[in-house]
Amino acid sequence: MVELAIGIILGCCALGAGMAMIAGIGPGIGEGNAVAKACEAIGRQPESQGNVTTTMIMGCAIAETTGLYALVIAILLIFVAPTRLVGILMNYIG
Amino acid sequence: MKDKSIGFRIADAALIILSVIPIAAAIALRILTNPAAEGIQIAGAHIFFTVKMPLQDMPITESQVNSWLVVIALFFFCLYMTHGISEKGGLRRQMIAEWIVEQTDSLVQKNMGQYFKAFSPFVGGIIALSVCSSLLTLFGLYPPTSDLNVIAGWAILVFVLITHYKLKGGLLCYLKGFTEPIPVFTPFNIISEFATPVSMSFRHYGNVLSGSVISALVAAGLTSVSSVVLGWLPGVIGNFPLFRVGIPAVLSLYFDIFSGCLQAFIFAMLTMLYVSGGFPVEEWQKRMKRKKDKKQKNIKSA
Repeated sequence: MVELAIGIILGCCALGAGMAMIAGIGPGIGEGNAVAKACEAIGRQPESQGNVTTTMIMGCAIAETTGLYALVIAILLIFVAPTRLVGILMNYIG
Repeated sequence: MKDKSIGFRIADAALIILSVIPIAAAIALRILTNPAAEGIQIAGAHIFFTVKMPLQDMPITESQVNSWLVVIALFFFCLYMTHGISEKGGLRRQMIAEWIVEQTDSLVQKNMGQYFKAFSPFVGGIIALSVCSSLLTLFGLYPPTSDLNVIAGWAILVFVLITHYKLKGGLLCYLKGFTEPIPVFTPFNIISEFATPVSMSFRHYGNVLSGSVISALVAAGLTSVSSVVLGWLPGVIGNFPLFRVGIPAVLSLYFDIFSGCLQAFIFAMLTMLYVSGGFPVEEWQKRMKRKKDKKQKNIKSA
């Protein structure tokens, strides 16, 4: 029984981490849009390349934030949560 | 300045040695406390010892020690860069130091305006500390920036600064800012106020940590690939991790150098934007004018 419970905990942590990383889609699309628009802008006004590039990198880094939240949660689920949850289970059983 | 005196040269050498010693000390500490482990090793900072504190024990970890060492190394490096500085100029390093200072000044003035020009040492300090902390991975050390506690400390410092400059327009103006555009938005505004340091710290730490996690996974994967390919050979050649030579370096170029420098720049940029964006210019000017009038009235009446 205990083995089954631990197995469920580990499996669900891995599944949760995988599902959390679905959030990576959003920043991917957003950054792609940002870079596409920046390319257009540079194509239209090549002299403004420096400013556009700086702003684009800033915007990309900010758009990345939601993806990084998901990443932090996934890392916590993989490296921190299993040991804690198994510890709680062991305390509960005694 | 061609003819440097012997004392000048000795001081130069001493400063260079003093700025290299902290990094060497960090490497020595790493070798002494962290024996090389087999396989994938993704762990938090190594705890050296814990200090007994009234509320909670304070662990002194690798990330704290490494960031102190980076601070010491940067201090002596700055002393070296400004050693023998003169109005006429002449030393090559003085040009480099002046260039760095000018760049920081112009960046701060461009993004924050004239009123905040005293911020450039702070912003330059943040960039230097963050870049050097992230680049510690190149020496195989634990980068302090991949520890949430370090970045959270910086983010809290920035949050205090933002609040300080928001309060410049008076307490009433600060509180009124939460009810905009309509009073229903107050809870969301309070949440977004606290989301600022959280998102700043998570962004920086998440980028550096994800870089080191991916590097470790790729290195482990390449080891197993090379053991599959070369495993049938006898002796030392069979255990030789052929594919680990060179390939992780390309990843490291992106994750350690580019990402580390970019995140340092973004952290500094967001600091500047938040601090100067939260500063209520009109309210502050009105308040200053009122204070001035009051002072003049007092002088007249007296």
